[in-house]
Amino acid sequence: MDFSVYLHYWPKLLSGFGNTLFCWATGALLGIALGFALALLRRTGFAPLLWLLRGVIEVVRGTPFLIQLYLLYDGGPAIGLKLGAMQAGILALGIYGSAYFTEIFRAGFAAVPRGQVEAAESLGFSRLDILRRVRLPAMLIAIVPALTNMIIILSKETVVLSVIAVPELMYQMQSMAAETFAALETIIAMAVLYWLMVEAAARLGRAAELRVTAYLRVA
Amino acid sequence: MKLSAVQEALPWLLHAAVTTLWISVVAIVFGQILGLLVCLCRVSPNRALARFGALYVSFFRGVPLLVQLLLTYDLLPYIGIDVPPLAAAIGTLSLASGAYSGEIYRGALNAIPRGHVEAAQALGFGPVAIWLRILLPQALRISVPSLVNELILLLKASSLISIVGVTELARTSHTLAAQTYRPFETYVTAALIYLAMNLVLSGLGAAAERRLAAAGH
Repeated sequence: MDFSVYLHYWPKLLSGFGNTLFCWATGALLGIALGFALALLRRTGFAPLLWLLRGVIEVVRGTPFLIQLYLLYDGGPAIGLKLGAMQAGILALGIYGSAYFTEIFRAGFAAVPRGQVEAAESLGFSRLDILRRVRLPAMLIAIVPALTNMIIILSKETVVLSVIAVPELMYQMQSMAAETFAALETIIAMAVLYWLMVEAAARLGRAAELRVTAYLRVA
Repeated sequence: MKLSAVQEALPWLLHAAVTTLWISVVAIVFGQILGLLVCLCRVSPNRALARFGALYVSFFRGVPLLVQLLLTYDLLPYIGIDVPPLAAAIGTLSLASGAYSGEIYRGALNAIPRGHVEAAQALGFGPVAIWLRILLPQALRISVPSLVNELILLLKASSLISIVGVTELARTSHTLAAQTYRPFETYVTAALIYLAMNLVLSGLGAAAERRLAAAGH
């Protein structure tokens, strides 16, 4: 094995890593925003809308991310949706994530103690204030583990973006492997790197969990 | 959307879906065997075994599946093992599924009240009998919903083996899309086939859950 190929390729790999982090972060944020919006829409209780949303969520959760990505990137132009590789990749991550995030938010809304909402109502809080100051903080405590778990799952899905040639880490690594024939060195490094990244993200998640539940340990 | 394109692609895609289905089923069966072993390692009083179990789970859940697949493809020939791509793909899927299933079994074991084991010990059951007659049957029953979920995840994850060259549903749809210049129709059809398979699986899972719950009373 010969790891000296990295001496030559590190600027490309660094930019690949930057793109991986960018796609992950924007994809996850988009997914969380969409997921939250969907969860709010479902709370309206308007039946046809509920059926529609449940159908959409079922479809997104029941099909592989790879097929969704192909559909968006290769199939998009057929319905007038022309996206660059990275745009398509981030949008696909966001849509895929939103179907899972929205279920997490729904569970979170259900976990807010009714008494807190009633107390806020009797104190004359507006609906927006109840959402912002009572529901959101209370549900965050319940959903942080599930949220970090899903964000970590998305970090692993970013690898799939390499198949539509988004210049993220996997793609750069594979082109390095193709040019140098150092396939094994490349893929071992990839495995270690992603393993470390996921472990680090999991640690951050646990730290966030400790932080939002800090009030439980004050007494 | 042209329906004739769907009609033309459908027989090919259905044929490929059968491959996807059997690969997933074989991988989940091996995955269950590995999962039970991993779970036994993790709950073992032997610290080295417990460490190994934890490391196994951390690796296979921490490294993206596509990276694992490529690792298998590059590593096996390097150490002189020559296996066909399909076998390597099924092996990798099984290894990954073993990590997830192992954790499901471990969670299920933890959910069994300690009193059951103590009662069995008091009645003179040996350790093997306790595992076979008390712990495993209950752990399996508790695990069913999570395992069905795991099977659905595996079926979706199996689409990634198309990238390393196995001709299953994702690969066939990719090839068809390129040949017919009808990517939209082809991928929508492929997505619906995946969805249909998953809906059937989750329906079967719900039925199995009801039966096992009934058997438990």
